[in-house]
Amino acid sequence: MGILRWRAEKLPTVIRKDILNDTRVVTGASDALVEFRDVQFFRGDRAILDGLSLTIPRGKVTAIMGGSGCGKTTLLNLIGGRLRPSAGQVLVDGVSVPGLNTRDLFALRKRMGMLFQNGALLTDLDVFENVAFPIREHKRLPEPILRNVVLMKLEAVGLRGARDLMPAELSGGMARRVALARTISLEPMMVMYDEPFTGLDPISKGVIAKLIRELNTGLGITSILVSHDVADACAISDYAYLIGSGRVIGQGTPRQMQESAVDEVRQFMDGLPDGPVPYRYPAPGYLDDLLQGRRT
Amino acid sequence: MNPLRWLGKYVIDSIQGLGRASLFLLEVVSGSRKLVRRFDLVVQQVFAVGVLTLLIIVVSGLFVGMVLGLQGYHTLAKFGAADSLGLLVALSLVRELGPVVTALLFAGRAGSALTAEIGLMKATEQLAGMEMMAVNPIERVIAPRLVAGIIAMPLLATMFSAIGVLGGQLIGVGLLGVDSGAFWSQMQSGVSFHEDVLNGVIKSIVFGVVVTWIAVFQGHESVPTSEGVSRATNRTVVYSSLAVLALDFIMTALMFK
Repeated sequence: MGILRWRAEKLPTVIRKDILNDTRVVTGASDALVEFRDVQFFRGDRAILDGLSLTIPRGKVTAIMGGSGCGKTTLLNLIGGRLRPSAGQVLVDGVSVPGLNTRDLFALRKRMGMLFQNGALLTDLDVFENVAFPIREHKRLPEPILRNVVLMKLEAVGLRGARDLMPAELSGGMARRVALARTISLEPMMVMYDEPFTGLDPISKGVIAKLIRELNTGLGITSILVSHDVADACAISDYAYLIGSGRVIGQGTPRQMQESAVDEVRQFMDGLPDGPVPYRYPAPGYLDDLLQGRRT
Repeated sequence: MNPLRWLGKYVIDSIQGLGRASLFLLEVVSGSRKLVRRFDLVVQQVFAVGVLTLLIIVVSGLFVGMVLGLQGYHTLAKFGAADSLGLLVALSLVRELGPVVTALLFAGRAGSALTAEIGLMKATEQLAGMEMMAVNPIERVIAPRLVAGIIAMPLLATMFSAIGVLGGQLIGVGLLGVDSGAFWSQMQSGVSFHEDVLNGVIKSIVFGVVVTWIAVFQGHESVPTSEGVSRATNRTVVYSSLAVLALDFIMTALMFK
């Protein structure tokens, strides 16, 4: 199996993708590309993730939803190996990420892409060079081929004409599309999207949603979509998880989530101000506080 | 807080910071091995920290040399030794003022820019983005800047001294009437290449390491907010200046007897 996989890596991209995505060929592969098993993560004494278990299926768009600060971005950083869990296992393509040494971790990262909330474009490089950056760093392509690869990636996000612009000249939506072109420049097996819709106008949102879906179906890329935007996330995802208090509190297809009767899921999906997640931050009694007459 | 506890906390925090900075330097030095194949990155940074600092170095060097010419002439003339003006100007510059003033200006101009740049790259997730693209920011961003600082500083200091000598000559010979032959020949016979010029260059290399190390470390450690980057930039200038002055004293005591 290992040899098959090694040989598949050497094949041209188009064929390789078919073979590598074929779960029968990939070593020890199951339908799950990413697996969290009972993961705990602490910041100081505070548990961000507390016994979280979930699986991300191959070739699908999986949404991970939850309130702000519930540990969604932490989850992506655990997958990317930028953070290590306090306990539990994080498996990507059957490999335990926290156990990897730096070289293997970097090799794994070449096969995964991450789209940051603000794009994280390199501000001293123009659009073309930003997309070319990972290719220049990892592959030795002749300049004409590199140019064509970059233009193809930019064309895929509709920004071939913007190749000479600097990041400061781009709108928020355009910056995110350039970042997306950069993310797919090494043809990753999966892409993680960190709040891809935040701060965008409806048109840009629609463009990003369309791109996520197209990249998923067209290139067979597994997509992990972290978002608190219920409507947009549900519209393009195949499966959704809802995270709260460091655990999975609801999961299912977007339709199942919309119809869920669980209080915590309902509060989030309907955007209710009060419910299992309280409106008020814990405080002593209001009257006592006022009558005390001084700050404690 | 109890003053004793405050002092204890301050000392422990400082030592921890020094430990982190040392480990960071080790990581950067080991990451800079790969720059042999990517020397273009270093050249770009030599331009950013070196060439763009040239103007302030040249102008400051000229004025420091001219002031030395004025002050030196009036003092030396009292003892009838005005002919030694060239020697005084040159020794002051190559031994002390060249390396030290250049390092202080470098900390203010290039050091603060390095800290702010790296701090902002951190705040805008550019460094995290690189990590996720399997590019090590220490090798790609930090190491070229450190190497460039170490290359640029002695070059700038040498240029500062050279321009300063010309400034001294302009005032001493051109304005105050010191004999041109005496000015240059005294300098030629009194300034030793090994004792004076090389020691000055060694000083500036040490300052280059320290100032750039402080600048990149502060940038990398900065809290990724506008206030955090501003504080880090501030710390770079203060710590670099203090480190340069303290190290200058130690090196002067060891080098010149």
